[in-house]
Amino acid sequence: MLHILRQIARVGIRTEPRPDPAIDDVAAARLQQDILRTLGRALAIRHVDAGSCNACELEAHALMNPYYNIEGLGIRFVASPRHADALLVTGPVSKHMAIALQRTYDATPEPKLVIAAGACACGTGIFSESYATVGAVDGLLPVDVRIPGCPPSPTALLQGILAAITVAAPPPLRIEPTIEKPESSQTL
Amino acid sequence: MNVAPLGLAASALPAGVPAQRAQVSSGQLLTACRLAWEQDARLIALWASDERDRRRGFCIRVAVEDADGVTVLEHTLPDEGARYPDLTPIFPAANRMQRATYDLLGVAADADDQRPWLWLASWPIDQFPLRRDFVASEKWQAGQEEYDFVRVEGDGVHEIPVGPVHAGIIEPGHFRFQIVGEKVLRLEERLGYTHKGIEKRFESMPLLEGGALAGRVSGDSTVAYAWAYAQAVECIAGVAPPPRAAWLRALCLERERLANHLGDLGALGNDGGFAFGLAQFSRLRENVLRSNVAAFGHRLLMDVVVPGGVACDIAWEHVHLMRDEAERIAREITSLRDIYDDHPGLQDRFRGCGRVSPELATTLGLVGLAARASGIGRDVRCDFPCSPYDALGVKIAVDDGGDVAARVAVRFDEAIESTRLVIAITAALLDPQASGDVVVAIDGVAADRLALGYIEGWRGPVLVALESGRDGTIRRCHPHDPSWSNWPVIEHAVIGNIVPDFPLINKSFNLSYSGQDL
Repeated sequence: MLHILRQIARVGIRTEPRPDPAIDDVAAARLQQDILRTLGRALAIRHVDAGSCNACELEAHALMNPYYNIEGLGIRFVASPRHADALLVTGPVSKHMAIALQRTYDATPEPKLVIAAGACACGTGIFSESYATVGAVDGLLPVDVRIPGCPPSPTALLQGILAAITVAAPPPLRIEPTIEKPESSQTL
Repeated sequence: MNVAPLGLAASALPAGVPAQRAQVSSGQLLTACRLAWEQDARLIALWASDERDRRRGFCIRVAVEDADGVTVLEHTLPDEGARYPDLTPIFPAANRMQRATYDLLGVAADADDQRPWLWLASWPIDQFPLRRDFVASEKWQAGQEEYDFVRVEGDGVHEIPVGPVHAGIIEPGHFRFQIVGEKVLRLEERLGYTHKGIEKRFESMPLLEGGALAGRVSGDSTVAYAWAYAQAVECIAGVAPPPRAAWLRALCLERERLANHLGDLGALGNDGGFAFGLAQFSRLRENVLRSNVAAFGHRLLMDVVVPGGVACDIAWEHVHLMRDEAERIAREITSLRDIYDDHPGLQDRFRGCGRVSPELATTLGLVGLAARASGIGRDVRCDFPCSPYDALGVKIAVDDGGDVAARVAVRFDEAIESTRLVIAITAALLDPQASGDVVVAIDGVAADRLALGYIEGWRGPVLVALESGRDGTIRRCHPHDPSWSNWPVIEHAVIGNIVPDFPLINKSFNLSYSGQDL
């Protein structure tokens, strides 16, 4: 026990300040003010791997390490879509996962957000549309935020998730298949 | 293996390890596999290819590995109606490989179990994606299959379906438990959910660009896959990477092993109810990934290993930093290992849990880290060391406990050994004589050549079987994950354990879904 306490004291607190929301790098497309009012700044996220190679999962896991400490920001990964405000979807949406992903979405209570995380989920990865893949999350679900990267770094994931709860893009906004850098965005 | 007793002539196969190929007839395939088994060989992979454009029907390839190296048995089927012998009586791990081969190519083994494996009703069952006449542009709606799970019946027996969407941040797959009370009577896995047509995707890529895709077969083993792919390309082209590139590849591979073991050791502590372990080990893992991105530009080291060498050299200051970091992490791991070993609650969860005896491991054909935790001392880095491992002398980690505790112990030993290797590699990189180019140009790749890449990733041996096509294209590429052999063993490891121990047992193997779903 003493050994454990000594280790904790020696290592200390390593959590870093949260990054700013990625207003520039993330295409926030569909967010509505009323959704944000309901969800506030805390967010419960259900992750769905829709055919990723596991790299995005590793980086999503890293969000829970002491450096990023995502739970300290009020953001939790939850075990059921029934508890979720947002879906974090990775992978090019393999056709085998299409029904499971749709059902997870349907099981998530309104209002809800969909975050496409990683190049594959955004439709810009190495797996394009094929006999086995839909090609991108927005081929199946309405996407609110896209986070590019192969895989996106934990910081990029965090910035994208924070963008989902702090940024509202002025409607109407076109949903672009590729990542765009909006000229200006409004911060709530 | 020695194929002479069968009256066969083997020819050399270009590969990163000693390898040979031998043509076998329908009658000889089973005999050859039995002979291989008698010579202590283990099944590495089984795959097929459509050779009808060469008027050769379909070719089934079975790769086995023994103390002499890898032997690829090649068997030609004249047409799609012909069947090849069922290999599961000799190599049980062949079951899912045979079923997947049918799903993708439409050639079947003469086996009782003809259930689909990678097919989950997303395309018509009479369409086979890896056939050359498959119409890739056709669009199909995803459907739902009726899979014939084996059910246990009796008083108080009930069924728990889990997945494909799991309760954590984890890849998708379905598990069907048959339980009584809390005790698991039977577990059946149903995988294939992340199938994204990787092998078909390879066929549309230039040979020299396929490394990026190989590095994304299983993201946690990106270095191992990229290296195995590069090795295969280099064997086809007849070039050798520069010595400095070999050192840098080994540096990346050991850092990948270290990062994954650190992540797993933390997760295993957490699954055992010891959140302190997760916090500490995930911090160390993050440190490793941050130095990766500083030195190589990518946290997981994707696209660093390329055919011909590595994409970039490393700055001197990063070599020094990595050496100091390895020394520091080795000290931290040793200290944390004492804490794990002295923690009664954690040891109570680890010991005796999910045991795979050495006999069972041998029978089922367990490979890699899990096999070493069941007393099977095989490691490609030690058995067939390619450059620079021949100069490093890897110390193999073996434990014959076969339980979660043994798989934890092997991870600790291998993580420490990887820090030692990183220190040795940095010393070699700092040697002024080791400077020089890190990549050689590859031009003019011969067509219709088969070669193997074979690398010990952190999970186990990764095989890439690559055949070149005309004009620098890929004719066929089969990347093979060690998870193919190890997934079926988890079904045995959980028998008699309680349901809440399943996550712990599963994590102690930590197998790839994407790597076997392809």
